[in-house]
Amino acid sequence: MQIKVENNKAWFLVLPVFLIVAFSAIIPLMTVVNYSVQDIFDPYTRYFVGTEWFKQVMLDSRLHEALLRQFLYSFTILAIEVPLGICVALMMPTKGRGASLALILVAIPLLIPWNVVGTIWQIFGRADIGLFGAFMSSIGVDYNYASDPTDAWLTVVLMDVWHWTPLIALLCYSGLRAIPEVYYQAARIDQASRWAVFRYIQLPKLTNVLIIGVLLRFMDSFMIYTEPFVLTGGGPGSSTTFLSQSLVQQAIGQFDLGPAAAFSLVYFLIILLVCWVFYTTIMNMQKDK
Amino acid sequence: MTQSSTKPIEHAYKVTKEQAPVYSRAERKIRNANLRGRFGLALYIVLLLLPIYWLVNMSFKTNTEILSGLSFFPENFTLANYAKIFGDPTWYMGYVNSIFYVSMNMVISLLVALPAAYAFSRYKFIGDKHMFFWLLSNRMAPPAVFLLPFFQLYSSVGLFDTHIAVALAHCLFNVPLAVWILEGFMSGVPREIDETAYIDGYSFPKFFVRIFIPLIRSGIGVTAFFCFMFSWVELLLARTLTSVDAKPIAAIMTRTVSASGMDWGLLAAAGVLTILPGMLVIYFVRNHVAKGFALGRV
Repeated sequence: MQIKVENNKAWFLVLPVFLIVAFSAIIPLMTVVNYSVQDIFDPYTRYFVGTEWFKQVMLDSRLHEALLRQFLYSFTILAIEVPLGICVALMMPTKGRGASLALILVAIPLLIPWNVVGTIWQIFGRADIGLFGAFMSSIGVDYNYASDPTDAWLTVVLMDVWHWTPLIALLCYSGLRAIPEVYYQAARIDQASRWAVFRYIQLPKLTNVLIIGVLLRFMDSFMIYTEPFVLTGGGPGSSTTFLSQSLVQQAIGQFDLGPAAAFSLVYFLIILLVCWVFYTTIMNMQKDK
Repeated sequence: MTQSSTKPIEHAYKVTKEQAPVYSRAERKIRNANLRGRFGLALYIVLLLLPIYWLVNMSFKTNTEILSGLSFFPENFTLANYAKIFGDPTWYMGYVNSIFYVSMNMVISLLVALPAAYAFSRYKFIGDKHMFFWLLSNRMAPPAVFLLPFFQLYSSVGLFDTHIAVALAHCLFNVPLAVWILEGFMSGVPREIDETAYIDGYSFPKFFVRIFIPLIRSGIGVTAFFCFMFSWVELLLARTLTSVDAKPIAAIMTRTVSASGMDWGLLAAAGVLTILPGMLVIYFVRNHVAKGFALGRV
């Protein structure tokens, strides 16, 4: 950490960012706030309803289920992706042609548009034309992500692991590259076991990047919309309907602007709260070091 | 270090030097671990590429062949699916639109984020921490929350269905990310360089463009890569803010569903073509990307 000079003129440098983000963030957010306290029939007939929509949203059992599903989903994928990503990063070669090749190949899923990711798995998981679906049925598993909730859930998780483990892997890979070779030499002299090297040299150096990774993955999995939408459409039933999806259903499908807006705000606040907790913990941890 | 503690090390070193092919137990262990690692990585990459391979495979098949059964290679190899995309402006303009707004977004994000990141990395000012967290909080805002207000906002200012609308909307999450990454890279450049430049009589803009930007070249490359990536993969906002003239390819792909059923081959070909630009971009930044993924702060 470098020593910073106090200078309020720095605001002029931040101003463009502030303006451009404010245009896309504050105006729409205020619109949402505006909707959330009114009952709107048409542009000219609207009534102020206060906190009624919020009460309705907070008591809506469908939303409770979606929220629960969302948390379960986010924690499941984090529990799989983080260890797997670390393993992949540890296995990646450190130098030479192999290293760049592995890097490029591993990064590919990150650069595929999200609805194409959904399409890929939609095709891949089908028993008639997809390899994965056909493989599952050939080993005798009755697998159909379109009609069985467990299979749908499994496919969505698998898709996310396929899609986002590379992010964790690449983050960890860059963290590992930053460890000086002398650390490993010292460990070799001490005849440290592979596990000890990992636990006492590599893992501590990975904390910083892992925090970024977990934060990014948590935020993004909490907002997931496109992939499950393309793959399962939230079904069968509502087994893979996550928060974003029920929000879009409500706002655009049923055009319930008031409740949808109230829901948006609650949703945003939950993410903000969780991330704030993450953020402060990280900052405190870094201060302790 | 005492004599007794250095001796065994020297000994071990000599053994490996003199009898090169005979490995000590510890080294054999490392070699085995490395082999296992290579094998595990190969397996992972194969599993990773399998769904993509399946898509590529399908894109070269005719629909009758796709529906008639599974095969690892197309029997009647056909380019008809690709020909259809490249022969129809409503199809290929989707790619042009996507690339157009992604590039615009990249340029805007970098232009505004560079000075801001410099301010965050060098100065303390009123509300700096709150500002930084507020910026990040926009990265956390679910696009679904903003769909309808965005639509109304951009319609009311007359930007609906233009490239700039999508580029601006994507700034919502790309600008905070760009500031975050660039700040990490800039903090790695010692302050002394700024001070020396000022003493040498450089003005701030001149110093920034001539000295500072070349120093964080790789950081800028990496930021551009991330902006490209997140703008390229996003669909929800892009689809909501466009109808005809700026419609992204990802939205056009939904047209393959028709009354006569899915056109799987065409869908696969369109999908394959959306993967290519990403691969091209990652090829260019491959040497910096490892550092960039740590957002400059390993």
